[in-house]
Amino acid sequence: MKKFLLACAISVMGCWGGMAVADEAMPTENDPVAQKRAVELALKLRCLVCQNQSIAESDAELAVDLRQQVREQIAAGRSDKEIITFMTDRYGDFVLYEPPMKPATLLLWIGPLLLLAAGVVAMVFLLRGRSQAATESAPLTEAEQARATALLEGRES
Amino acid sequence: MKKKLLLLIPLVVFFVLAGFFVVGLGLNPKEIPSPLIGKPVPAFSLPDLNAPEKAVTPQDFLGQVWLLNAWASWCVSCKTEHPSLARLAKTSDVSIIGMLYRDKPENGSEWLRRHGDPFTVSIADADGSVGIDFGVIGTPETFLIDKQGIIRYKQTGPINEEVLNKKIIPMIKELKQL
Amino acid sequence: MIPEIGQFALVLALLLVMVQGTLPLIGASKGISAWMALSRRTAQGAFFFLSLALGCLIYSFIVNDFSVLNVANNSNTKLPVIYRIAASWGSHEGSIMMWVFMLGMWSCAVSIFSKHLPEEMVARVLGVMGCVSMGLLLFLLLTSNPFDRLFPVPLEGRDLNPLLQDPGMILHPPMLYMGYVGFSVAFAFAVAALLGGRLDATWARWSRPWTTLAWCFLTIGILIGSWWAYYELGWGGWWFWDPVENASLMPWLVGTALMHSLAVTEKRGTFKVWTVLLAICTFSLSLLGTFLVRSGILTSVHAFAVDPQRGMFILALLALVIGGSLALFAFRAPKVGTGGTFKIISRESALLANNVLLAVACGTVLLGTLYPLFLDALKLGKISVGPPYFEAVFVPLMAPLVFLMGVGAVARWKEATLPDLWARLRWAAAITLVAAVALPFILGRTSPTSVALLALGFAMAFWIITASLAGLFDRVKYVEGSFREKLARQPRSFWGMFAAHIGVAVFIIGVTVVKGFEIERDVRMTPGDTVAISNYTFRFESMGERTGPNFHASRGTFELSKNGKPVRKLYPEKRMYFAHGMPMTEAAIDSGIFGDRYVSLGEPINDGKDSWSVRVYHKPFVTWIWYGCILMTLGGLLAISDRRYRVSARRETAKPSLPPLEPAKLEKA
Repeated sequence: MKKFLLACAISVMGCWGGMAVADEAMPTENDPVAQKRAVELALKLRCLVCQNQSIAESDAELAVDLRQQVREQIAAGRSDKEIITFMTDRYGDFVLYEPPMKPATLLLWIGPLLLLAAGVVAMVFLLRGRSQAATESAPLTEAEQARATALLEGRES
Repeated sequence: MKKKLLLLIPLVVFFVLAGFFVVGLGLNPKEIPSPLIGKPVPAFSLPDLNAPEKAVTPQDFLGQVWLLNAWASWCVSCKTEHPSLARLAKTSDVSIIGMLYRDKPENGSEWLRRHGDPFTVSIADADGSVGIDFGVIGTPETFLIDKQGIIRYKQTGPINEEVLNKKIIPMIKELKQL
Repeated sequence: MIPEIGQFALVLALLLVMVQGTLPLIGASKGISAWMALSRRTAQGAFFFLSLALGCLIYSFIVNDFSVLNVANNSNTKLPVIYRIAASWGSHEGSIMMWVFMLGMWSCAVSIFSKHLPEEMVARVLGVMGCVSMGLLLFLLLTSNPFDRLFPVPLEGRDLNPLLQDPGMILHPPMLYMGYVGFSVAFAFAVAALLGGRLDATWARWSRPWTTLAWCFLTIGILIGSWWAYYELGWGGWWFWDPVENASLMPWLVGTALMHSLAVTEKRGTFKVWTVLLAICTFSLSLLGTFLVRSGILTSVHAFAVDPQRGMFILALLALVIGGSLALFAFRAPKVGTGGTFKIISRESALLANNVLLAVACGTVLLGTLYPLFLDALKLGKISVGPPYFEAVFVPLMAPLVFLMGVGAVARWKEATLPDLWARLRWAAAITLVAAVALPFILGRTSPTSVALLALGFAMAFWIITASLAGLFDRVKYVEGSFREKLARQPRSFWGMFAAHIGVAVFIIGVTVVKGFEIERDVRMTPGDTVAISNYTFRFESMGERTGPNFHASRGTFELSKNGKPVRKLYPEKRMYFAHGMPMTEAAIDSGIFGDRYVSLGEPINDGKDSWSVRVYHKPFVTWIWYGCILMTLGGLLAISDRRYRVSARRETAKPSLPPLEPAKLEKA
């Protein structure tokens, strides 16, 4: 376990140890925080001309344009919410990979909870039935008794 | 009895799903409705393709019913819809504004010279930024706008005779009477 | 000539499965043994002709016979031979062909490895598989004939989709289909049991190895698909919640539930109705997945040919197979009986709860995948459901599942007590708690959300490992002999479970660490530039050209060094395939036990200096995701090789003198 932890630590800790070397490559974006926000937003927006990709993953022209929009709007100080509204005003909810909560999507969001509740209710129902039966469980049959004795005496493994 | 009914649940769920699939097979998952229907036309100010120094804005068309057609010279379907647009231009007095989307103005002018120009006014959206405001996904797309500057209808993909006769021409007539 | 032979072989196979799907079933219900006996021969004969047909198709691809439409559309003279072979199952027609071929293969395997089964059972199982084969062969021949001719014959084919020209493509579909189709055996056993009314522990013992084997194939298939997406899409993601991926995840989830439920049915004779339902659902979801992928009803990143007529045909097939079996279930299940009893705190309960959670997880994936379709069909608008949704709802379901994995592995059958469970698991719980709290801080994370996510991930992984070890300790405590003897005495089925569960832990560690610690850099690089992430440095040395058999590539040369010492050269490419004119990104990856260094080319920058936008990643522990899947598969294979299944074949004929013993009862005695 210790070795494992050590390996984890070594492999992961290197992450902040990065040092600058001569001729360090230019990042495509100067502001790493804005860049991170832009990528996170882009991952949530669907590329409309692609099969099923986010605008972050696609190289389609529209995706490139929309990525640019996201970056410009972040630079202009808009909030994530404002940028998302900008997109849905133009392309509808289809552009969002995370569907907004509204009457039509209610079932989508509470559906998993309903399923879980149904499962738990069914399980509790079944368990109560079975465990009641279990308290009245029958004693060992003769054959089982014989085998148990055999096992205890070490005649069978 | 109650238990027997419970055992039918999987079957019922499956047939409900199957019902949705039957309907779903007739739908096009790639057809995306525009949220701009019923909203005012986005503001823009774009250069006239034939007279670049002149700016065209939506205010120029207030009080009339007009069409905005987003197209490009590299777009194959735009050529498909060209005859229908040309017929509309000839038979009706509706203004058709051609918006050259993500294309060089000279390519657009050349294309119009070769195939004929159905547009009342042509504007150039070279970088596609006005296209984004209109929620243009791919050319051709056509918006029908009423006298108050409200978008009433959007045609995604090429206009054909059927769309023209069943949808666009009747709607133009109706909107003109308002 | 060869395509006609293939065509003819398909027709003959259809005739044989028509016999296989009817006479043995009638024979079994009427007690005509000559008809029942037909099942084995017809299944083997059909497999022979299906192999011949597949052979003919592959041959047509290898010799570039463009007079066959399927070949002309999906191959090219410049395509390397290995990809021409893979192209045989790359198209729609080819993949259905593969499906049918594998169904024939599984049927044939059942006919061979069923010597000890009652004749009636074999007849019913093969009969049901014959019916499914019939439907799929009709679908193949009527709507998607792989041997359709094309005239005039083109000189050159259109080439295989460049995305599919990859070693992953050679293995991914066959493995995935082996899994999907393999569940047909469990399905056939379940339907046969419903038809025959024989549903007991023996039935579960017969179905178990088949189910586990199919599950192993599916796990490997999904793993290869995920790994392929990881290095082929150039984005470094390994799971996208795309409808097609979900279509493979759903049978996996329910199949996992089925394996565990079968274990309970075999050992304790209980959960019978539920097990049968799961067996039907697992295969139904495999069929549903095929329908979703093949009908084009959902938009997926896997762009397959869309044809509504084909969609209607598969839908009709689904209605017959799924609807028919679920109707049979509704009417025959009440006769099955309830089986053994158990207390609320017991291994049975833990496994039941695990089943419920897996079923709910599958239901959730199904809901999310189909919800856009539901809304569209009801004219309520168009929406997209993507990764943010699935991640939000899926992970909370997995946490309790993992908790139960630990409990289930140590709890006693029939009746366990909380104090007893606590005594067995307290060390596991203590280690888990300490690790989960301490590790995020040791690894230098301070922001609350990132600490919470890491703690959750580590808690899940450590809980599985420590609880599994506690279970192992429990088992060896009373065994005599040295430590090694103690371990060697444990049956392979136990080691199978142990390995598979540890595999889940390894997988979770991979996901947790890569999510928490991956570093990504988007940079523009001119030859000579370097970019440093973690203690690695990528140096962009030069940009070159390379011409492949059917593509032209811009190839970058990068030198990767660790702490200033050169490690190796990496060659990411941007390929342009001649026939499609589609640019493809080939990432270059330096893969190691503790993670990957990943570099992929973006776009050239027009500055006259060979500059490119480049994406580099450090993905610690990402490889553990695949290692975990491999461990799970190995666990499944170990379990199948348990001597119980080999012994049972002999015992079946000699009838066991003593019934299997139940641990709980033993203690009382």
